[in-house]
Amino acid sequence: MALLELKNVTKYYSGTTPALAGVSFSVNDGEFVSVIGSSGSGKSTLLRCINRMVEVTSGEISFGGVVVSRLGKKDLRKVRTKIGMIFQQFNLVDRMSVIENVLHGRLGYKSTLAGVLGRYTHEEKWQALKVIQMLGLEQQVYQRCDQLSGGQKQRVGIARALVQNPKMILCDEPIASLDPRSAKIIMDHLRSICTDIGMTLVISLHQVDMALKYTDRIIGLNRGVVVFDGTPGELTSQRSAEIYAREPKDVNINLGERNAS
Amino acid sequence: MQADVFTRRRNNALIFFALLAILTAGSIIITQYDVQKGFTSIARALIWGASNFYPDARSLTKLPDILVKLRETVLMSIAATSVAAIFSLLLAVAGSRTTRICSSFTVIARGIASFFRNVPLVAWAMILMLAFSQSSLTGFLALFFGSLGFLTRAFMETIDEVGENTVEALKSTGAAYFPVIFQAVLPASMPQVVSWLLFMVETNIRDATLVGLLTGTGIGFSFDVYYNAFNYHAASLVVIVIVITVLIVEMVSNGVRRVIL
Repeated sequence: MALLELKNVTKYYSGTTPALAGVSFSVNDGEFVSVIGSSGSGKSTLLRCINRMVEVTSGEISFGGVVVSRLGKKDLRKVRTKIGMIFQQFNLVDRMSVIENVLHGRLGYKSTLAGVLGRYTHEEKWQALKVIQMLGLEQQVYQRCDQLSGGQKQRVGIARALVQNPKMILCDEPIASLDPRSAKIIMDHLRSICTDIGMTLVISLHQVDMALKYTDRIIGLNRGVVVFDGTPGELTSQRSAEIYAREPKDVNINLGERNAS
Repeated sequence: MQADVFTRRRNNALIFFALLAILTAGSIIITQYDVQKGFTSIARALIWGASNFYPDARSLTKLPDILVKLRETVLMSIAATSVAAIFSLLLAVAGSRTTRICSSFTVIARGIASFFRNVPLVAWAMILMLAFSQSSLTGFLALFFGSLGFLTRAFMETIDEVGENTVEALKSTGAAYFPVIFQAVLPASMPQVVSWLLFMVETNIRDATLVGLLTGTGIGFSFDVYYNAFNYHAASLVVIVIVITVLIVEMVSNGVRRVIL
């Protein structure tokens, strides 16, 4: 059964051009799905619609059998605890230590008072330490996050998502601000989270090669429309050119871009 | 095309300086300001100051009295600033784009901030004097209102700047409003908030002198009394004490900034 299902999801920010236009697909439990497309194709919007950080204009999103778009505030928070999220800019509180940032992942389960005071149970701290260890940050547990490298920061971001005990993790361009070596470490971690723990991941990516190498399934977005949905094997260079084309059928532009960069 | 850019830039600069020159000349003509006399009287003022406006041995006997007044002024400035900071922080959290509950709060908070900021301090002191006559409360409130306006604006901008990413991250974990504020927004913006607070204390100690002149309290009043009694030696001592105090406060706050940033 599908864990996540999008039906005809459409989003207008303003004006007449949609950021997402009738996006439909479903993600099965344990799948590692990448969303690719050029800047402004709607990748980030799509991810944020899933946990309603961005409200959809029309369409329906259901997660674990619950229709997310109809939930009230309290139930929405409950659903969000089950969806982890990691970000391009890491979005950590830089002045706090690694362990404190990781424990932020538990805030969704807490009463307001306990959350405000930052009181975590012994089990939560122990779980946080275990996750930190799993991601190879045991030397940095009490270091402030502004002293970490980009790759380490992103691992803290992953740890924060994992201590939520989520059913799915959304990754918004997690390697776009990292150097190639750190990017590989992060992608290896994400892959093993999927394979070893059986976590479902939806990741937006700039790099087609990363999508081909690491993910089970690729969804190609072009100006808010799904133009490809299939396995890495099915993504021929012709299909990939279609994803990155500026205008429909204008498939040669991709080559030009590659030469320019 | 490129040459155009440079010509346009040069022309813009020329127009700007021409306007500046016209404005200056215009104001001089309208106010009938005698430029030559203006500059020569600076020299005469300096000579008068050097021969009359310096502390002598007799004025040093007034030092204990002056220091008592100085303490009153410094404490009042700190009290006014810190009380204003508490209210400002509440207003700023309610009004900042990233943490507001609804968008009308932003308009209200910005409105309050600009109203209190744009009424000059002296006007506040005069208005409040009608209600509270010449007392420390008048001075306290005048400084409080001025600081409230300035700090609200500064805090709002700080929260807008540092909060956005982490607020998004914590919201996506399902955390409720107050935990997000206390676990992400306040820790992340604290160094800048404290920095603005220290800046405000410095400014307020200077301004308290002026307010004291009007409200008949603190060190400003001592200056007024000595000055009106033609006791220029004691009046100059007051000025020197104020300068030294402001310098010390600046040094202390720079030290604090170094530690917290």
